[in-house]
Amino acid sequence: MTDFVVALAEGADLNGFRQGLRRGIAQGVAPEAIVWQVGAEASLFGQTDVSDAAPVRVPRAAAALIDLVVCHRDPERYALLYHLVWRMVRGERALLEVHTDPLVWRLERMAKAIRRDLHKMHAFVRFRRIDDEAGERFIAWFEPEHFILASTADFFVKRYPSMRWSILTPDGSLHWDKERLTFGPPGDPRDAPAVGDIEGAWDVYFQSTFNPARLNVAQMQKEMPRKYWRNMPETKLIPGMLQMASSRVDEMISATPQPAIKRDPQKALAKMLDTEIKSLEQLNAIISASEPFVRGGRRAVIGEGPSHPDIAFVGEQPGDQEDIQGRPFVGPAGQLFDAALEKSGIDRSRCYVTNAVKHFKFEQRGKRRIHQTPTTGEVKHYRWWLMKELELVRPKLVVALGVTAALALSGKPVTISRARGTCAFGSQAGLITVHPSYLLRLPDEDARAEALQLFVRDLINAKASV
Amino acid sequence: MFDCAYCINRRSSNTPRARFTVDEVVTLTIEFYKRNYIEGLFLSSGIIQSADYTMEQLMLVAKKLRREHGFAGYIHLKSIPEASPWLIEQAGLWADRLSINLELPMNASLERLAPEKNGPRIKNAMGQIRERIQEAREERRKFSPAGQSTQMIIGADESNDADVLKASADLYGNYKLKRVYYSAFSPIEQASRLLPPKPPPLAREHRLYQADWLMRFYGFSVDEIASSGDAGMLDLEIDPKLAWALKNRGVFPIDVNSGARELLLRVPGLGKRAVDKIIVARRHTKLRAEDIKRLTSSFKRAAPFLITADHRPSGLTDRADLRQRIATPKQLSLL
Repeated sequence: MTDFVVALAEGADLNGFRQGLRRGIAQGVAPEAIVWQVGAEASLFGQTDVSDAAPVRVPRAAAALIDLVVCHRDPERYALLYHLVWRMVRGERALLEVHTDPLVWRLERMAKAIRRDLHKMHAFVRFRRIDDEAGERFIAWFEPEHFILASTADFFVKRYPSMRWSILTPDGSLHWDKERLTFGPPGDPRDAPAVGDIEGAWDVYFQSTFNPARLNVAQMQKEMPRKYWRNMPETKLIPGMLQMASSRVDEMISATPQPAIKRDPQKALAKMLDTEIKSLEQLNAIISASEPFVRGGRRAVIGEGPSHPDIAFVGEQPGDQEDIQGRPFVGPAGQLFDAALEKSGIDRSRCYVTNAVKHFKFEQRGKRRIHQTPTTGEVKHYRWWLMKELELVRPKLVVALGVTAALALSGKPVTISRARGTCAFGSQAGLITVHPSYLLRLPDEDARAEALQLFVRDLINAKASV
Repeated sequence: MFDCAYCINRRSSNTPRARFTVDEVVTLTIEFYKRNYIEGLFLSSGIIQSADYTMEQLMLVAKKLRREHGFAGYIHLKSIPEASPWLIEQAGLWADRLSINLELPMNASLERLAPEKNGPRIKNAMGQIRERIQEAREERRKFSPAGQSTQMIIGADESNDADVLKASADLYGNYKLKRVYYSAFSPIEQASRLLPPKPPPLAREHRLYQADWLMRFYGFSVDEIASSGDAGMLDLEIDPKLAWALKNRGVFPIDVNSGARELLLRVPGLGKRAVDKIIVARRHTKLRAEDIKRLTSSFKRAAPFLITADHRPSGLTDRADLRQRIATPKQLSLL
């Protein structure tokens, strides 16, 4: 019987292997009867009679192992993989679980070598910049240990989607033009620039991260194996750094401690230690300059009203109108709030009014900005500011309007129906009631009137308690 | 501005200082990243002017990288526990990982060597970050998605290894830290007189990392690990797992074909991965010594503590000179 020949391309020919595997398994060809022929000559045999062979079903773990091992430079890789699948389809279904089996063990070691090579290539490719008519372009020459170029493509496209780059290797090349990935023929080191444009800065950085007192040559060579050195500009510095290491350490140890020249910059120290926020203006400037902790409005709506008032009202967050006007409680809920205040005989201009969350959290739907309730975590992000604000404003009584305000003020979830009425937020006298927007959402006219009455009663209580 | 004795940049050091502006750090990072010199940024600073000022600068670097440059690399931001809480939380919006250095495991050492620092305040800040991370995770928001870590300096004060590991256990358990890093205090130029004249052996740091691993992945308690050494210090010559096994020989030998996973994890020379492979493989085959040799490169160390289908340590486990027989004097991997 003549040998069963499988023709394969150079490098990692996953497809060729798959086809050979299908044919071999379908025809029951024993592993020792197959010749895996790699290279130009082999291609004469062509990849014929493929379509009639059914795919071989293997567990996912085996497919993953095959993907890796075909990249190995070991010429036996295809034969070993075939042998593995052969045994798996002939009764040893769970063969991959037998990690101690010599074949499995060997293939796992090969896969590990590939993973390591991939990892090193991800880390050690060094691009050099050139400029052409379309702008900057980055080129790297790299020599991976195995046939992993194609396997690294996704990684580099994901890392550098908006850059034009090429990676040249002795086995082939990869090119990305910000849209399309193309594979090309083997590259030549002379096709990459001989020197990088900012390698000087990189050298300085690299040297400055080296701590001679922590030198560990074995560990260093494990992390950055010598075989990768010749394509990394910084490695030229290593011998010199190693040579100097021990003398630098000796110097440091033997040097006698020097008294400090400048001992106590008293003024600067006093300023450093004094970081307390002293005024509401200062706090508001910080809040206004800060990034929102919620998705939505970019403008911070800060509190308004006099300092040391009888009552400070805390709402949930600014809404659409508040975000536009930059003032709290001016939208529909604000108008209802004003009406309720009037009914209870409270002068809004003598109260402080603010929100637990300082930005409008919303979801854009078409032209409308739909209010979103802030989450517990978001409320907590804003809590530092609210606490500081009330500390500076120093009201006699703090009224929490609604569940978000109550959460922010008490630091824990609160149910309005159970907690409604006077309470204490820490040492601060407080009162919990509903948010005016709750009244707006009640569909039934009578229910709304009743709820408004209760709300006004709470406000009257608040007024009476200060 | 701080005066931490172990730091080369402390206020009373005569070392010349330099600083980068936010834009300089951003530009360097982007340019290094584009050439694949780096995969991310580890961002840290000495205190300039004040904790808040410095923290804000750090936060702005991360914010600019993400917002203006669409930087997708990793950012590890060394937060300043003395800074205002909202600044730390702003940083969490941009960084992959926030870390706050505990520096020294005992509050008293911190008071002596780092007068501007305060143990409870550091823990407070860690607790704050921990809560925000947990809330964000539950609410599927992005906030320091790669968690929180810390660093302790080893050998700058009198804390022994047990003190250090106790501090770590507290950090892993109560503050849900992803990693605790141990950094052997190393000699610096312009050293302070408050410091011990000689650095600790780097091997001490290495043993602490091994012990840290035993706590997190091998089911060892701090007390068990501490008991493996002497007077709260780990054995520098042999790894803590072997040291523990030698002092607890009654537990061994363990049969690889039937022993429970928790017990196999205690066998010196068997790593977590090897144990997991043993557990899976033994469902299909009776494991022999040859098989174990394929799974670990340290079979010699493991042999006295395990039984295979064709191997029994017999008297070996209890021999008085077992330590000498296994621990062949060789150069430690860390010099």
